[in-house]
Amino acid sequence: MTEPLIKIEDLSLGFTAKNGRQAPILRGLSLELAPGETLGIVGESGSGKSTVALAMMGYLKSGLTVFRGRAIFDGNDMFALPEKQRTRLRGSSIALIPQNAGQALTPTLKIGRQIDEALQLHTALSAGERSIKVLELLNRVRLPSPEDIAERYPHELSGGQQQRAAVAMALAGNAKALLLDEPTTGLDVTTQAHILEFLRSLAKELGVAMIYVSHDLGVIARVADRVAVMYAGMLVEEGPTRDVLREPNHPYTRGLLASIPRLGEPGILPSMPGVPPAVGSDLTACAFADRCPQVRSLCKDGIPALERRGNCRVRCPYAGEHAPEHLSTRRVPQVQHARALELQDVAVSYRRPGLLDRWLKKPEPAPTVDRAGFVLKKGETLGLVGESGSGKSTILRAIAGLAGTRKGGITLGDGESLNAPVAGRDRETLRRVQMIFQNADASLNPRQSIGEILMAPLKLYFGLKGAEAQARAEELLEAVRLPARYMSRFPRQLSGGEKQRVGVARAFAANPEVTLCDEVTSALDVSVQAAALALLTRLQRENGCSYIFVSHDLAVVRAVSDRVAVLYQGRICEIGPAEQVYAPPYHPYTQTLMGAVLEPDPDAAPVLLANDMSEMAPPATGCPFQRRCTKRIGPVCDTRTPLPQVLDAGHVIHCHIPAQHLQEAGERLEAELA
Amino acid sequence: MLKLLATIASKPSGALGLGLTLFHLALALLAPWIAPFDPTAQNADTILLAPNASHLMGTDTLGRDVFSRVVYGGRLAIAVTFTAAVIATLWGGFAGIFFGTVGGRVDEYAMRVVDAFLSMPWLLFLLLIISIGGAGPLTIIPTLGFFYGVAVLRVVRGAAMQLAARDFVTAAKARGEALWPILSREMFPNLSDILLVEGAMRWSWMLLAFSSLSFLGFGATPPTPDWGLMVAQERGLLSTAPWGVFWPCLTLSSLIIGINLLADAVGKALGLDRATAVAV
Amino acid sequence: MPSLILRRFGFAAFTIGFVSIVMFAAVEALPGNVCTSFLQRFAQGPRLERCIEQQGLERPAMVRYGDWVAGAVQGDFGYSLKKRKPINELIWERFRNTALLGGLAALLAIPFAIFLGIAAGVRRDRSLDLSLSGAAMLAMTIPEFVTATALIYVFAIVLQWFPAVTIVSPGAGFMQMLPNIVLPVLVLSAVLVAHIMRMMRASVIDVMASDYVQMARLKGVPERQIIWKHVVPNAMIPALNVIALTVAWLLAGVVVVEKVFNYPGLGTLMIQAIFDRDLPLVQAIALIFSVIYVGVNLAADLAALALDPRLRRKGH
Repeated sequence: MTEPLIKIEDLSLGFTAKNGRQAPILRGLSLELAPGETLGIVGESGSGKSTVALAMMGYLKSGLTVFRGRAIFDGNDMFALPEKQRTRLRGSSIALIPQNAGQALTPTLKIGRQIDEALQLHTALSAGERSIKVLELLNRVRLPSPEDIAERYPHELSGGQQQRAAVAMALAGNAKALLLDEPTTGLDVTTQAHILEFLRSLAKELGVAMIYVSHDLGVIARVADRVAVMYAGMLVEEGPTRDVLREPNHPYTRGLLASIPRLGEPGILPSMPGVPPAVGSDLTACAFADRCPQVRSLCKDGIPALERRGNCRVRCPYAGEHAPEHLSTRRVPQVQHARALELQDVAVSYRRPGLLDRWLKKPEPAPTVDRAGFVLKKGETLGLVGESGSGKSTILRAIAGLAGTRKGGITLGDGESLNAPVAGRDRETLRRVQMIFQNADASLNPRQSIGEILMAPLKLYFGLKGAEAQARAEELLEAVRLPARYMSRFPRQLSGGEKQRVGVARAFAANPEVTLCDEVTSALDVSVQAAALALLTRLQRENGCSYIFVSHDLAVVRAVSDRVAVLYQGRICEIGPAEQVYAPPYHPYTQTLMGAVLEPDPDAAPVLLANDMSEMAPPATGCPFQRRCTKRIGPVCDTRTPLPQVLDAGHVIHCHIPAQHLQEAGERLEAELA
Repeated sequence: MLKLLATIASKPSGALGLGLTLFHLALALLAPWIAPFDPTAQNADTILLAPNASHLMGTDTLGRDVFSRVVYGGRLAIAVTFTAAVIATLWGGFAGIFFGTVGGRVDEYAMRVVDAFLSMPWLLFLLLIISIGGAGPLTIIPTLGFFYGVAVLRVVRGAAMQLAARDFVTAAKARGEALWPILSREMFPNLSDILLVEGAMRWSWMLLAFSSLSFLGFGATPPTPDWGLMVAQERGLLSTAPWGVFWPCLTLSSLIIGINLLADAVGKALGLDRATAVAV
Repeated sequence: MPSLILRRFGFAAFTIGFVSIVMFAAVEALPGNVCTSFLQRFAQGPRLERCIEQQGLERPAMVRYGDWVAGAVQGDFGYSLKKRKPINELIWERFRNTALLGGLAALLAIPFAIFLGIAAGVRRDRSLDLSLSGAAMLAMTIPEFVTATALIYVFAIVLQWFPAVTIVSPGAGFMQMLPNIVLPVLVLSAVLVAHIMRMMRASVIDVMASDYVQMARLKGVPERQIIWKHVVPNAMIPALNVIALTVAWLLAGVVVVEKVFNYPGLGTLMIQAIFDRDLPLVQAIALIFSVIYVGVNLAADLAALALDPRLRRKGH
């Protein structure tokens, strides 16, 4: 084996408290990376994965110190090196591509200048040569019209373009290794797929080594040669991507893989109980023991060692034993015939024309959401999917009365109108529609106890007070499987998953008929996400209420929905029963989304359709997808709104292309993906 | 509350701020028992005496005991500015939370007016009002309260707007809570810390403003013992009898510094960063 | 871009209009009128009539406001009651003196304060920062008249380097003014430096913690270059507003400082006018100060626009 490019030896680092106690973030980590190799580091929040990546550059966030061990890059002990030499290595031999390029590019400097700065530091080129090299680099990262991009400021680029610009900057110094810290998190799925394919080909082209840090096994499966799975600051499993993903050895890896929803297998997934140990806590036993389905008494006696098993290294003495099967449970839909909610041709517009615009008679911008119409049955779950800006949250806000409708009608099952905003609805109407929010952290008032939070709707809708309210709130806590002692706790004392449970309990305190779920699991770690989905499904079964479930994640929507609507730029592209929407014929946009989904499967490759451009506003006329569609058939797409094509079982596609052709195109995609 | 005081006192600057503030408050409250002489009693026999055993800080041009005048000298200033600070914090805080929560057009237009008010050199405006309505607490308290309230409003509204964008406020709105419960239950508890620190900080700036006014002759009126006024009156004899100027300067400055340090320490203890605060 | 600049000019114009209305209305709200307030117990008979005629008080308020504004735009601020002269004759030289004092203080203090703020922010919580922050705290909290008195005691009475009060004949040139304005400029600058430094420090600390500064470090940019190219321009943007706001302090402080040093500026003229109950003169000076203040705010807004590309984005 060739000499490794990066070698981390028994590295421990963390905070030191005032009393001298060491709170470790990384615990005795050892890792190697060969030249030209791509290593994926996965783990949930708090696992220390980003800290490892930065440590490879000899960089510690403020407050952290190295307790033990070394990080060697290309023969240099990064932490022992004098600051000056370390600075010289950074950006030249080893470069970082940050998580949020939008925030990592200096806002007051033009893109060209920032790349030029890196060139100036790490090459001996003259000013003239550098300006040519800047354009060359921008061209290499496949940014359109490099001359133009070089003259722009970071905020004038889209998210995907910012990420590419950051890559161009990293390449300026002819790096031997690139560190990528969640570089596609926060980007839309289609943009993410484009960036990943680009990074893959770039690594091959330049022979550069990459360390790819991500919480998303789907992403890792696509880019990494080898995977390192981290848990509580330790490596729990490490090996070739195919081996780890196909035959995971460590119970944590197995659980993690099992809790990721897949497109092809709808149903509620098994979830891991409990939460990881707190960052920096003392460990005397296997960190995963409390959550492990195979736990033995021996597991609590000490931290197990990392042992070699085939091509892999695993930190579990019982890895070889037959593991209990992780089974997903199929959702049993209990959809009734009666309607719970209906939207008819609804339009919502945020940008009300200002006084000046009205005065100048400027044409009104196209509404944010337009022609939204669907029926939600009692006990049914309707999934809304789409990328950012697709209007899915706006529709929820309109139903909740937080955004006023411009046009159309929203009615509850019994004909009660929801057209009025919150202020115009009576209490009973308000009670019947409840909302659960994306970020559980922000949706609970930090100054109120859990009890107060749950009793607010009880008082408002049912006039419950005192002991009665108390008793009912405790019942609600029990329904979401939280102990009654949580009543007196404050949100900051709860974990992310627990907070989301409180959010769910608060919505159910109103005993609603329609519950609006806005990206409720996207802020949670996968292992917790599965539990949250299971909770929602169980509550639906018990209460018979209807859900509208909004998410950008196609697989999650598939797991919980009876019917699905695909949205683009505030317009419905396709709607129908989940199994129909997730199978050909597809609307061209649905097909683009399906092609871009990454599954934790080393053999699956995304199929890239359409450009990864992001649109700021819907087009004034015609099909909303006209500017990105690869199948457009002519000017008719720009001028006429496509009529709905009604297929089997209420499956509707809004497209000018005949369903037959879409069917054939969809089947070709299926074949490519398989 | 006790825990907060303990946190504040655990740092030297916080302890100093707390100590100075409490010391001055005690001095002002207990003045009649501490001062050895009547602060307004003139005495032709004791004009401009240097500090000595019976007159610890000497005497002034009218033979009054400087120590007694210094002890009494903060009473009016503290009373006036404390009242004005309470008014400013209450109205500015309420309006700030209100506009930050309501948002939209109402907020937009209100902020235009607020910005216009902030664009006035308010001390000059105060002088204009004094020239119309005459000097004295009845003119000064409402004017200080109003203008400093505008600044409080701006700060609190900014914080309230960020808070109102959080989902728990959206949740309360969507639930159909009326405006008052949202303001009092969801918003206020999360902003009370900011209000407390804002109020304390404004109080110290108001003390500075009021003593400047007194110095100019528009605040306290003779023969009231007042630090700013004492400096103005005795300044002419700075070269021969500096004690008449030195002591009021020292006590006034130490009180303002004390409140400032205290406000900073309270802010730090509550986890607010006061570094960006602006004196308006 | 031009529309953004226009918008800011528009807001400045709105503010000046608003301020002038408030000032005018405040005087209108007075029991009686300008003349009765000035003449007090002599406010009767021909003396009052003459005054009313001269001030044009018989006309409706709206008309008088219009005239006042129209006059002010052309540099005609009306007629002083006490001095019995057109106001513009009274204020020109005073204005020049105040502008000299304030301008010099601002010119010295602003760059110095920005520099100190950067130094303190970069070395956060180290001894340089702690001593600078402590000094700033003192300079901010100690009233100007106290600082001024202390400086007079040291430099005018003990050391006798500068005069304690301004002694110049009207129409004195710059060189004659110079020794007289050293101490006033020092006092004003101290407050300005303290406020601006504190803000700049906070802003620098904020920017130092940003992702893009971490990125620049990881890119291998040397610390000095990070500070000047990445930190300072970004830290300046929020600080600009405070620089403009501290000018309010400067303007208020000018009145106090001029009084302490008996300096022949607009501030002392205003205080005298208040004692004289010469309301037209008070109004005129307050308006001039407001226009200067709004002008400074406008300049800060335009500077922010030049510095921050994000503000230049359309529809912002």
